[in-house]
Parts: sequence; C-alpha cells; structure tokens
Amino acid sequence: MKYIELKNCYKTYPNGVTALADINLEISKGEFVFIIGPTGCGKSTLMKLLYREEKPTKGNVLVGGIKVEKLRNGKVYKLRKKLGIIFQNYRLLPKQTVYENVAFPLTMDGIKDSEIRPKVLKALERVGLKDKIKSFPDELSGGEQQRVCIARAIVNEPKLLLCDEPTGNLDPGVSKEIMDVIESINKKLGTTIIMVTHDAQIVNRMKKRVITINDGVISNDIMKGKYKANENN
Amino acid sequence: MKTIRVFLRSFKEAFKSVFRNFSLSVASVTCTTITLILVSIAILVSYNVNNVTKKLENELTIVVYLEREATPEQAKDLEGTLKSIKNVEKVTFKSKDEWKFEMQNYSTTLNTTLSYLTENPLLDSYTVKVKNVRDLHKTAEKIKEQEIVRTAEYGEGMVEQLVSVFDIVEKVTVIIVFALILITAFLINNTIKLTIFSRRGEIEIMRYVGTSNYAIRLPFIFEGLFLGIIGSIIPIIITIYGYIIAYTRLDGHLFSNVLSLVKPFSFVIYVSLVLLLIGACVGVFGSYKAVRKYLKV
Repeated sequence: MKYIELKNCYKTYPNGVTALADINLEISKGEFVFIIGPTGCGKSTLMKLLYREEKPTKGNVLVGGIKVEKLRNGKVYKLRKKLGIIFQNYRLLPKQTVYENVAFPLTMDGIKDSEIRPKVLKALERVGLKDKIKSFPDELSGGEQQRVCIARAIVNEPKLLLCDEPTGNLDPGVSKEIMDVIESINKKLGTTIIMVTHDAQIVNRMKKRVITINDGVISNDIMKGKYKANENN
Repeated sequence: MKTIRVFLRSFKEAFKSVFRNFSLSVASVTCTTITLILVSIAILVSYNVNNVTKKLENELTIVVYLEREATPEQAKDLEGTLKSIKNVEKVTFKSKDEWKFEMQNYSTTLNTTLSYLTENPLLDSYTVKVKNVRDLHKTAEKIKEQEIVRTAEYGEGMVEQLVSVFDIVEKVTVIIVFALILITAFLINNTIKLTIFSRRGEIEIMRYVGTSNYAIRLPFIFEGLFLGIIGSIIPIIITIYGYIIAYTRLDGHLFSNVLSLVKPFSFVIYVSLVLLLIGACVGVFGSYKAVRKYLKV
C-alpha cells in the first residue's frame, strides 16, 4: 500500500536553479528508504517537498492521502501532525527540559497534561532517555540530543518519520546507536522512514531500499542497495 | 476544551515570556510609555481647545432689532418665521422696556439720560442662537430680508476670522493625535519585531512539529497585549494626577475665565481608557504583524 507518491515533480527555485526534474516516486507504508547523492543534488529539496517547506513548481505530491502541493500555508500543520521530522542540528528548545521538549507538540495542541505524560514517557523510553527527563539540552551529548529530537518526532506516533541527515554531526559509534533506535521504531511501530544521509557505512550495513539522486533526477532506485555501488554514477 | 487549554497555556506562556525576555520587554514598554504620554498630552490639549472653541461658538448670536412701528402681532409673526429658518436653534425676545431697565441698572449716567426722555428710544429685539456658526452670515442675511427687521447684527468680520481659526486649531490637534498614535504603533511594532526575531527558532520548531498558526500566534498576541497594557500604566497615572493637579493649581481656567478647562471628572477616566485601549490594540496588532513573517516555513 503506497503511502507517499510523487508524480512528475519539478522544483525550480526563484533564482532559476532547477533542484528537481521529473521525479516519480512511490513509497509504501512501513518502508525504510535511504535517499543519497552528492551535495546539492536535490535530496534536501525532495524532503522539503514531503513536509511542505517547499511547493513543487509542477507535479503532485501525495503524503498519507494529503495533496501536499495544494496545502495552503495556514493548513500545513495538518500535514506536519501526521509526520515526524528529525534534523541534523536537533532544533531543541534550549530553555526547556527534555520532558518539555518532547511534550512540546502535544502541549502546543492543548492536550491534557494527564494524557501527555504517558505518551512522553513512552517516547523517551523508546529512545532510551528516560533517566534524563529533567536535563536541559545543553547538558546532553550530541547523541542524546538527537534522541530527544527523535522522541519529540515520535511522541504523536506518526506514520511517517523524515530524517534529514540525523547522524551528520555524530561519530560512528553514536551514529550506530541512533540508527538502531530509528530501525526499532520502523520495526516495532511500523513507521515509514525516509532518511537522507551521506554516511556510506550506515547505508551499506542496513541493506534497505536506496534511492540515489543526481543533478535533480533519480538515477538509481534499488531494494537492498549499497552506497558504494552508486558512487560511480 | 482543547481550545480553552490552548488559550490558557498561551496566556501563561505570554506572561512568563514578558519576564523571560526582560530587557526586550522593558524596551517595548518604555517606548510605549513615552509615546502614550505624548498621545495623552495631545488629547488633553486638543480636547480643551475644542472645549473653549465650542463655548465661544455657543456665545455667538445674531441680534435682530425690529422697526419702531412694528406691532406686537407682527413681532409674534416674525418669531415664527425666525424659528422656521433651518439654522436657527433658539429665539429669545427682549422688549425695549427690558433693554431700558437693563441699561438703567448698568450705569447711573445712562439712567439719568434715559429718565429725561419721555419716550423709550430703544428697539424691541430678538436674540437668535444658531446651530452652525459657520453659516452665521447666511442666516443673518436671510433675517435681514424680513419685513419689520431693521438690522441683524452678529459682529461681521471678527466672527468669520474667529471661526476659521477654530477650524484650523481643531484640525491640527486631530492630526497631531493621529500622527502620535501611528508613531506609537510603528515603534511598538518594531520592538516587538525584535522580541520575536530573537525567538524565530522557537516559532520554526512549532511549525515543524505541526502546531497551527493560530496556536503559535496566540502567546505572542497576548504578550503584545500585556506589553501594551503595562506600557499604558504610567501614562494613565500621569494623566490622572497631572491633570487634576494642573486643574486645581490653575483654578479651572487658563489666563482668563473665557479659557476654562474641562473638569477632571470624568474626563481623565475617559482619556485613561483611551490610552489603555490604544496601548492594548497597538500591542496586539504589532505582535500579530511581526509573527506573520515567521509563519512561512
């Protein structure tokens, strides 16, 4: 069952740069997909189309039944509620504790505290940070901060998790831990995962579907792909 | 229930945020305070000026003298015609005997002069009060056309000048008040922009985690409201105490009794409410506009 569909998507930025050209893509529910490619190839733009930070210049983007390209600015939150986003630079609120950071999407929505608490604790347990509830982000290591970010992304139990180079700032050992967390979310919760990465080691080890983008077009889309095989493209 | 909770949370957050970003709050509040004091002064001055001009305008009347041979019936008829003229508000009759009595009381010389005469040399008159002073001239002309009217005097020339000066003063004060309100709005908008600029990261995160624009905006709008209200406190105190003190010191008038001041109650209360309203509105609009910019990611 397909969850994400891109049809003849083009994206040209106002400055004339064509980031994506004729992208056709289908991703099913529960899939784990890597998106790789050299810097500036358009993979970040592809992600931005999925969470509607950018609108396609042409073509359709369908995410979980929502026609993303038709979403008005004021309605974007309806899409974002259905998905979780993990960033390379974590984007945590520095003046709030780990608990408050993870609870943030729910409190902003006006959900009752008594309903929030079990959800936050569950999310923090999933990422293995239950004992750091009262810490502030700057008291945590990079890996721990990324876990908080993951917990915040999954606290709503979204069907889709978008990861934009989640291990970009982390050393290989910690990266592996983060990948284990994300993989367990994929397996245990059935969450669809799309991850942009530069880390060849991770891609090669995980043996998942790999989509390679080069100069704005999909140059390769292989199940159980490897980073190395695509490098020569 | 959800909406109420979002509302309450926004209220609390806004309150906390005023103290959390203390230096920026102080900047916004100071700027609101200073401009609102200016607005307050402008309102007080313009209202008093208008009060004086209104009073003076009220005292402008047309005095209509009747022909000596006019019979009481004719005089009665004339009163009816005068009342039927559009601009006329009030007509008061004063007989020549009343005039004589008044004059005799006014000075002894007049008294002796008048007592030598067997016949009363004075004329019956009507004092006509008009609705709109700007049409005083036209109304006087119309009255002059009537049959038994001898003259209709209203202080030609002087009155026209006075009226045009009143007009200019009124317009200028209104323009000053509005200009000051606009400046306040602009300054508050700018300082709130600074506050929000320092928190754009937070707004971005809210957008990414799927918070609706309404829920993002609400705390900032409350914050603007608080800052606006806090900023209007000092101007309100200055208005109330300042005006009451000035009024009692000056004994209720400026230079002479003609330039009387507006009584402090309930005038200062109205001005205070206006200041509070301006502060609150400008704070809310300033925040609303400033957040908008960051709701695009």
